[in-house]
Amino acid sequence: MTNQNQHIILKTNNLAIGYKSKKSHTVIASGININLFAGELVGLVGANGIGKSTLLRTLTQVQDPLDGTILLNDKKLTEIQPLELAKNLSLVLTEQIVSKNLTVFELVALGRQPYTNWIGKLSKQDIEVVERSLKQTSIIELKHRKCFELSDGQLQKVMITRALAQDTDVIILDEPTTHLDMYHKAYILKLLQKLVKETGKTILFSSHEIDLAIQLCDKMIVMTKNNVISEMPCNLIQKGTFNELFPKDLITFDEKTGSFKIKK
Amino acid sequence: MSDIKTYRLSFIVLIALLIVCFFTNISLGSVSISFGEIVNSLFGFSDNYIVQNYRLPKAITAILVGSGLGVSGLLMQTLFRNPLAGPFVLGISSGASLGVAIVILGAGFFGGAFTALLVSKWSIVIAASLGSFLVLLAVLVVSTKVRDTMAILIIGLMFGSITAAVVSVLSYFSSAEQLQQYIFWGFGSLGNLSWNELLIFSIIYGFGLLLSIISIKALNTLLLGENYAKSLGLNIKQNRLIIIVATSLLAGTITAFAGPIAFIGLAIPHIVRQIFTTSNHKILLPAILLLGAIVMLVCDSIAQLPTSDYTLPINAITSLFGAPVVIWLLIRKRKMMF
Repeated sequence: MTNQNQHIILKTNNLAIGYKSKKSHTVIASGININLFAGELVGLVGANGIGKSTLLRTLTQVQDPLDGTILLNDKKLTEIQPLELAKNLSLVLTEQIVSKNLTVFELVALGRQPYTNWIGKLSKQDIEVVERSLKQTSIIELKHRKCFELSDGQLQKVMITRALAQDTDVIILDEPTTHLDMYHKAYILKLLQKLVKETGKTILFSSHEIDLAIQLCDKMIVMTKNNVISEMPCNLIQKGTFNELFPKDLITFDEKTGSFKIKK
Repeated sequence: MSDIKTYRLSFIVLIALLIVCFFTNISLGSVSISFGEIVNSLFGFSDNYIVQNYRLPKAITAILVGSGLGVSGLLMQTLFRNPLAGPFVLGISSGASLGVAIVILGAGFFGGAFTALLVSKWSIVIAASLGSFLVLLAVLVVSTKVRDTMAILIIGLMFGSITAAVVSVLSYFSSAEQLQQYIFWGFGSLGNLSWNELLIFSIIYGFGLLLSIISIKALNTLLLGENYAKSLGLNIKQNRLIIIVATSLLAGTITAFAGPIAFIGLAIPHIVRQIFTTSNHKILLPAILLLGAIVMLVCDSIAQLPTSDYTLPINAITSLFGAPVVIWLLIRKRKMMF
């Protein structure tokens, strides 16, 4: 791999994440060193409650790190103004949007908010970006549909399109495949892979679909109780990292197929 | 966002309706005045005392009250992500009620000499403004400390309960006469404003409206939810403050000058959403301004019971007339849009 020559988009130095209160610090994970390059699809996996969401919340500046720094395009995350951050980092969250009375076009166009004027008027260029994003995710025919008419899978594609229209170097998705059937899980992740290739953006997503992520990701971040490792999936399989993900009493990782099997 | 041109026809109809309702409202009253006479005195060709000093200010008050309450309802519904929210959820009307209750019901405590002085038109306006302002200030202080918008909603309701309780206690110790006066204030009234009062009313209303227009972009962003809005670079705290201040200016002055007028603020945004089938505030806000004014003019025309001397409480008419409309709209569309 020639990653060394590529531009590092997102970098963490000895990051410690967790929750602060007046009396104490609850450290969830520490010593996290991640480098994300331009044009990488990165999957974040780990057991429930291991701190995937906390890591994503810290990386997206929703909460402060306990220690260490996060650099986005060589700038400290804490020093980037909110509006500037919105032009560099977009999100797809697990929460439902408040109003489903918007049309798909209107919803995607809201991704242009950081670029529009005080009343949110779309320029010609904004409309072009929205149209292009709708084509990239192949939902241009849904353009005039209302969001409440869409299926979960379609709505997830719309939310990804909205993040795409925000035109940022990094897109972070929090469990984009929950509530979807097997086909749509694969579809969404495959779509992310296609977007990374076509746009050169860095996409980081958390997921429980470890077998799919192994097949599609350029790099994976694996959170276990003891450490946080980021590597290419094949290296992670060789090292046996996936075996440490879960308690060993029920399931084991099968290195040949790259998936988990139930113990007999 | 969908273009304003798509809705051009609807807007033309609304503007035409507003003009018709405006003239109808001025034409109707206990004294019958010919249409020609009304037009003449409106444009200054002749002086008709009733039209110029009673009916015209009342019609303008109705327009300001209806549009202002509608807009503040819209702001609250979007801010609190709750279709049941209205302009008074922050405790504004209960604050005003408390102020007025203290002046009217508490007048007895201060002794007879002060009573006449205290219970004048202006003192009620000032008391209502002060009351709503103080409750609002309390909510604002809390809102800078509390992160969760829903918590602010609950806190507003709690303030409402506290003030209602204080009013109950005051009522218990009041004379029947004072109680009647307080209840009459609660009926709401559009017709008692002089031109001077109307001027002050309009200036504050203008400020509130200006802040609402500034908030249009933020309101649209909030349709995605607070976390998404934040990720789009929106300063939630600052915009929340602007929205709350805008609502308070609008709903606060309206309550001070016209009494606590129910229903309009809650219902008009819903009716407009049903007609325009959009959530885009760039469309909703002007549409609500127009429809709020129209509905208030119609309600006022009904309230003054054409050709009779009676004027019914406007507060009752807005609910009697408006609630069935909302029920009918919801049944017809079978879906509540938000």
